[in-house]
Amino acid sequence: MSLKSKLHELKLKYQGKKMAPAFNAFHTFLFSPDETTHAGGTHVKSADDLKRTMNTVIMALVPVLIFSMFNAGYQHYSAINGFPVDFSLMNDFLTWDNFWIGIIKVLPLVVVSYGVGLLVEFIFAVIKGHEVEEGYLVTGMLVPLIVPIDTPLWMLSVAVVFGVVIGKEVFGGTGMNILNPALTIRAFLFFAYPTWMSGDKVWVYGARERSEEILAGANVDAISGETILGFLAQNKGAEMTYSVSDMFFGFIPGSVGETSAFLILLGGLFLIFTKIASWRIMLSAVIGSLVMGLIFNQVVEFGWITESSKFYGLMSFDFWKHLIVGGLAFGIVYMATDPVTGSQTNKGKWYYGFFIGFISVMIRVFNPAYPEGVFLAILLMNVFAPTIDHYVVRGNIKNRMNRLKNATIYPKDSDSKAEELKAETV
Amino acid sequence: MALLSKKDTNLITDPLADNNPITIQVLGICSALAITAELKASLVMAISVMFVLGAGNVVISLMRNIIPSKIRIIVQLIVVATLVIIVDQVLKAYAYELSKTLAVFVGLIITNCIIMGRFEAFALANGPWRSFLDGIGNSLGYGVILVIVGFFRELLGSGTLFGYPVFGDPIMKTGLYSTGYENNGFMIIPPAALIVVGIIIWVQRSRNPALVEEN
Repeated sequence: MSLKSKLHELKLKYQGKKMAPAFNAFHTFLFSPDETTHAGGTHVKSADDLKRTMNTVIMALVPVLIFSMFNAGYQHYSAINGFPVDFSLMNDFLTWDNFWIGIIKVLPLVVVSYGVGLLVEFIFAVIKGHEVEEGYLVTGMLVPLIVPIDTPLWMLSVAVVFGVVIGKEVFGGTGMNILNPALTIRAFLFFAYPTWMSGDKVWVYGARERSEEILAGANVDAISGETILGFLAQNKGAEMTYSVSDMFFGFIPGSVGETSAFLILLGGLFLIFTKIASWRIMLSAVIGSLVMGLIFNQVVEFGWITESSKFYGLMSFDFWKHLIVGGLAFGIVYMATDPVTGSQTNKGKWYYGFFIGFISVMIRVFNPAYPEGVFLAILLMNVFAPTIDHYVVRGNIKNRMNRLKNATIYPKDSDSKAEELKAETV
Repeated sequence: MALLSKKDTNLITDPLADNNPITIQVLGICSALAITAELKASLVMAISVMFVLGAGNVVISLMRNIIPSKIRIIVQLIVVATLVIIVDQVLKAYAYELSKTLAVFVGLIITNCIIMGRFEAFALANGPWRSFLDGIGNSLGYGVILVIVGFFRELLGSGTLFGYPVFGDPIMKTGLYSTGYENNGFMIIPPAALIVVGIIIWVQRSRNPALVEEN
């Protein structure tokens, strides 16, 4: 007997029981169900249901996750021993030592995120008696990738409970939420525990303990592990030793999974190819950030702002480099394209994406205390997405009304057949 | 004979739960968001509103037959303003620190929708004793929510209650803080009050589905 039929039998056994939704959640995770809709009527027949969609996004995230596990160790050892002089991918990066740090630091984040989040989802499903919703499959993977590596696990749990309950369940569950749950969790962490979410001591494993040791007088020779945006915000861009290829491939400190623009780009292409995510949003967000970056570059070019300004570091940062540092790439590919919270209309997607990129870079430059605004920009546009859609739909209606006004309508009034019909109906 | 008739008792008990001014009528939200970061401020605000609403209801009720209906709002405003100024002066005289915390919000009791709402809905149509009970009842209902919100926000946001450290010292890392616990900065900012009030509304309506509005 195959696994699939065994699962089906179990499902029939549990039918109507209180725990049925919990079981059903796992049942269709791997296989499509045996039941078919009754004959008659029209039905959409498609293999890519919500679960398949979510699985595809997770597939696109797996390379990022694995890279981040190696990067966790690489940043940790580089902070202690200094960056390797002759960097070689196999000897310095893809080592077991590095991966081990990833296992002890990144994996617990993933486990806690999924454990707590799914627990909340299951509790709600059992109470409300509906099926467990798939929404958390992707959220659970996104959350560990967008927090600093040293985030205490209990903080993550609190934030996940908050994000799932207040960000999603109160609105009616998956598909009804206004805000992206993963970003709600990130925003909650940021506002609740700012000392753990920003500054230069949180992005590399152990940086906090090392700085405490140094304060206590220990003679530890260690790099603090400031992010690139952090350097720039303090006008210390010159002290930075990261090359452009470091930024692009992701050998830089930052939130767990946001560093590798290269793998995120591959994931994005995969999502576009499988038609899961909207290329319109991604492209317009990239354009938006480039436009804002160019404007700032021009401000510097014209000499409206001098090196003494606190905005100089980030304003003079080459506009295209904004895309490969910080969380902008990750946000554009995996967060902005969330089909629930984004704009639904094609035209709306262009506006929605453009403003995400535009506002992200703006927040980066003007908020030196926390030089990363992607999550705030996306949350803001999440709120505006329905408004954008509303005006797009209204505009479309207006266009069609105009067309109707100018159109020649057949049959014409003189048409004798029409007269007959009219007489009949009246 | 009981002190209050059943009808009069309801005037006090109804606003506490099933007709709560904040969670059911959704009035007075602004002050519930602004001053509930500390329990002490919430309590003082609740008492101030109780004084203003109780006394105001009586005054309006006594004058209800001589106020021309065209200018009744202005008359009501003058009554509230007088009472609020009394509260403000008393606070400044006897609790100066606290009056600085409450700052402009004592003055803004004037604009608290609950007060004008009760004047309009109740005091203009009922006798002084019943109006007084109604004022006390509604301000109690308001105060209960304020104290609940203030309790959670101060406990989780600052780790204190009435300024007394409950969890230990966050800087010296004693008590609960030695285990790695940290105060939740989110609870200090006003949006957190909105969420706490929302949760209270949620809990209340899922316990009593009759309160859920049709839409």
